[in-house]
Amino acid sequence: MSEMIENQFENEPKKGFYWISIATILLVAFIWSVSSIEVQSLNESGLTIASNIFRGLMNPDLELLFGLTTGGVLYLLFETICIAFLGTIFGAILAIPIAFLMAPSVVPAPIAYIVRLVVIVIRTVPALVYGLMFIRVTGPGPFAGVLTMSITSIGMVSKLYVDIIEDLDISILESLTSMGCTTFEKIRFGIIPQLFSNFLSITIYRFDMNLRDATILGLVGAGGIGAPLIFAMNSYRWNEVGSILVGLIVLILLVEFFSNKMRARLVKG
Amino acid sequence: MMIYDKLFPPKKIILANNKVVEEKRSKTPFIFILIIIGFVISVNVTGFSFSILLNRWQEFFVILKEMIPPNIDYLPNIWKPLLDTIKMSLVGSLLGSLVAVIFAILASSNIIKSKFTAGIFKFILSVLRTLPTLVTALIATFVFGLGTMAGTIAIFLFTLSYIGKLLYEQIETINMGSFEALESMGLTRLQSFRHAIVPEILPTYLSTSLFCFEGNVRYASILGYVGAGGLGLLLNERLGWRDYSSVGMILVILAITVFIIERISEYFRKKLQ
Repeated sequence: MSEMIENQFENEPKKGFYWISIATILLVAFIWSVSSIEVQSLNESGLTIASNIFRGLMNPDLELLFGLTTGGVLYLLFETICIAFLGTIFGAILAIPIAFLMAPSVVPAPIAYIVRLVVIVIRTVPALVYGLMFIRVTGPGPFAGVLTMSITSIGMVSKLYVDIIEDLDISILESLTSMGCTTFEKIRFGIIPQLFSNFLSITIYRFDMNLRDATILGLVGAGGIGAPLIFAMNSYRWNEVGSILVGLIVLILLVEFFSNKMRARLVKG
Repeated sequence: MMIYDKLFPPKKIILANNKVVEEKRSKTPFIFILIIIGFVISVNVTGFSFSILLNRWQEFFVILKEMIPPNIDYLPNIWKPLLDTIKMSLVGSLLGSLVAVIFAILASSNIIKSKFTAGIFKFILSVLRTLPTLVTALIATFVFGLGTMAGTIAIFLFTLSYIGKLLYEQIETINMGSFEALESMGLTRLQSFRHAIVPEILPTYLSTSLFCFEGNVRYASILGYVGAGGLGLLLNERLGWRDYSSVGMILVILAITVFIIERISEYFRKKLQ
């Protein structure tokens, strides 16, 4: 290393103290936390189970995986897709008015603040609790799952929508006004084109996430692939677990691939 | 979309100077029809019905009404599981984000010259990411036994995959010019990495880690449902007993905690940018 570079490195702003203090805080927090983690050494049964799981994953139950009955993985995945699809659509539609109410540039600041608070509360309630609430409305089954997905989507989707609404280019609206456009025309040609593709991109992203989260719904009997997966796990049928997981992983990877492509196209226009 | 343009040829407009311009047909109706078809199929499969919703929507508020007012006497029982949840996500996020650095470096094809190694690590990260956290937690309870350990493992794996992916994408899109310049001046690969790449990715890395920690607290609160420790354990028990006012209390405390953590992490993330 030449002299010159050495000198340049010497001139780098000294942030040693800053980093050391951050590291110390993290270290203290870490030690404090580790105290309550019950570290159990891997015992024999744990290892056997781990190897069983692995073997099951490697030898999935092919009949279950490719069977076309309503209990087969393909149908369950299809049902899960339907739940996530409907849930995302309803959530995305419900999120639009909420997002406008959350934007300080559209409504007075106090209203925006209150709506934000409400959305935080909506987001914090776990999906499981919503599932139980909706099962009272619809009875157990995928219908309850759809409603749960719609509610849980609202939180994140509206939060992302707001950022885009805040970024709206107002000058376009002003030029439309100066050309004598009516309010309807201003919304149709000034606002919707600016929002539409971004909103769509967010919705597709959320669909991706909902597909992943849909497994949780099975726990409370709200349909989807989660319930068979958890039953199979609790009764140690690892081959079935393997085939369901393989199906799920392939589906999610595929959907992720296509949704990334679609979103890249949307962003490029 | 080439086929689409052939099926519906572009509209031809003849301008005043006899020049012909083509306007491509909008794809919106086509996409709209696809969405409608998907909608109808999904409605049939899931048994969705508006009439049930209209007739029985009040039922949704039955549990909600029982949650209010929250049972304040239940408060002393909440603190320990709440702290467990926070600790689980702290340890999981911290370890996960540290290990993610190694994975991300090994997965980025501009640092690791072997395409095979980079591909393998990318594959591992994306498969880990597809596994729902609840499922990893359940598997972890089988292997490590019931308790906070299983939850920590699940959060660790999720954080690893999430941050790992974001980080390697960032490393791959980074401008390698300064890295190459340092290398050509005789620094080792490690030194050039330290001085050329680390300063560029560090702020984003820290802020995604914080963001992930924030989300993990939320996730960790339900992991107990499968026996992986924390608030979820309590939630599951109280829901089982239909003791909804205690559930309300748990949710109120959870909301406040998440809100505080979000505020703190937002403050630091703003400072990092």
